[in-house]
Amino acid sequence: MSIITAKEHELSTQTMAQVYAETITKLMEENKDIMELEADLGACIMGGKMDEIDKYPGQLINCGIQEANMIGTACGLSAAGKIPFAHSFAPFIARRANDQIFISGCYSDANVKLIGSDPGIMAAYNGGTHMPFEDVAALRAFPALTIMEPTDGVMLKSLIRQLAEKKGMYYVRCARKAVAKIYEEGSEFEIGKANVIKNGTDVTIIAAGIMVAEALKAAQILEEDGISARVVDMFTIKPLDEEMVCKCAEETGAIVTAENHSIYNGLGSAVCEVIAENIPVPVEKVGVQDVFGEVGDMEYLKKRFHLTAADIVIKAKAAAARKRG
Amino acid sequence: MLTDKKVQELEQFAKEIRIHTIDQMAVRGFGHMGGAMSICDLLSVLYGKQMKVDPQRPQWEERDWLICSKGHAGPAVYSALSLKGFFPRGWLKTLNQPQTSLPSHCDHKKTPGIDVTTGSLGQGLSVAAGIALAKKIDQNQNQIYCIIGDGESQEGQNWEAIMFAAQNKLDNLILFVDNNKQQLDNTTANICNMESFKEKLESFHWEAEEVDGHDLEAIDAAIERAKNRNGKPHAVVLNTIKGKGCSFAENILKNHHINVSKEQAEDAIDALNR
Repeated sequence: MSIITAKEHELSTQTMAQVYAETITKLMEENKDIMELEADLGACIMGGKMDEIDKYPGQLINCGIQEANMIGTACGLSAAGKIPFAHSFAPFIARRANDQIFISGCYSDANVKLIGSDPGIMAAYNGGTHMPFEDVAALRAFPALTIMEPTDGVMLKSLIRQLAEKKGMYYVRCARKAVAKIYEEGSEFEIGKANVIKNGTDVTIIAAGIMVAEALKAAQILEEDGISARVVDMFTIKPLDEEMVCKCAEETGAIVTAENHSIYNGLGSAVCEVIAENIPVPVEKVGVQDVFGEVGDMEYLKKRFHLTAADIVIKAKAAAARKRG
Repeated sequence: MLTDKKVQELEQFAKEIRIHTIDQMAVRGFGHMGGAMSICDLLSVLYGKQMKVDPQRPQWEERDWLICSKGHAGPAVYSALSLKGFFPRGWLKTLNQPQTSLPSHCDHKKTPGIDVTTGSLGQGLSVAAGIALAKKIDQNQNQIYCIIGDGESQEGQNWEAIMFAAQNKLDNLILFVDNNKQQLDNTTANICNMESFKEKLESFHWEAEEVDGHDLEAIDAAIERAKNRNGKPHAVVLNTIKGKGCSFAENILKNHHINVSKEQAEDAIDALNR
């Protein structure tokens, strides 16, 4: 693992969907056993590649609107030696095909890479029905499932390429829109190992997905107020990098978690479990407060669900103030 | 056409599958008797004649696959596999014992010869479709067999898989519907009537036929016809009796999961041997 952080965190010119589509089609060209399954949301992530579906016979498959069968079929394909990636919007993967992921997938030792797009507020104008604040929660207690949330396009490309080589069940909750650039090309990521992307001594912000960029903004504001905040990108939510969590608790004495997900049974809960059992220090959670989603633009939704840098600053100050001595 | 000798051999095999299935459940004193008994004749034809398998190499690349989606019929499949030589006969006494290789529902990680884990109803046919698709892509000649229950077919995922299989021309897939007309709580007719499977499947662009699921020659002939690679997936609807061949279970309405005393088991096995 060796990361190069970007100096400016501007929006990438390429969308995450474009990065995924480019990476997976390249992989399919390199290895005929790699497949990409869609449940009629192909154009949403594969874009124009769906119009070239005939260029990938036996590899790019549109199953129709039937997520449960798509996941089951993917598990069967993997049993017969194929390497299927299966995509839908995150709620339709995690909620609708939940038992298929458990029984046909995890319990059966299948080798399927699940791509759940538009996690949390990324669903924007599709609104509450499509806005999963609970996808990680719905899957986190499944043994044999790795859960990840790529932070930007550089990481997404690296993770998808790694997954093509790895056996097992993986769930990737993945933005489709352009997101802030956090890493430079050439960065390497190790699944299960968190990245420290800014050093600090007074408090650690452990974030994932779009909240990493907010955490970096928050750290800058905190710096101006005399608080030194460390920022950790916890892109693997399960298995959690427990060693990193404990190290940060010990060295900074206070933790803030930040996630585009419910505060229940997501990143924040996972961090709290580790902290409570190993090294109790104050923890404050930034996340969605047990409510349903709604339509809106990203800026509105960030404010509506308290997912801004300002929200992280408030919680970081609260956590730092709770430190003993 | 089966020779008389082959018919006798398959009859004997079916009888032994039944005997060992009853015997397995008698050790713990309970089990899913009804739905295990109704597929014993099918298992006899599959493992006794139709399926290309090698007990010494359960993962053999060139084998035919069986997905028993009604996973609770596991004990009947275990009997067939053990008689075929996939694992020692003594294992059959360990059904549902701690650390067993034979859990009540089929588990491919535990039992040699079990191709796919099942138990949560409605999922096996999708997995079977995935395997069939992979084999078609690889131009492999393996046959993929899948058994679902008539009650199980109430799960909507089956119909997603049925549409998917037709769309993708999975003519290497043969589906058996164990139409024993009962489910756990009552008859399928009283709960959620699925009749007629043949018409339903044909309207979903499958090739389908109905046979007596306890007539070995009829089952074999139907499979022979279904092996035809004509661009359509095939279904054989087996009209069966839930509990068939187990004297104390057959024709009882609620025989899905029942108690099995040692005496009952002995009597039933005696009756089969007579």
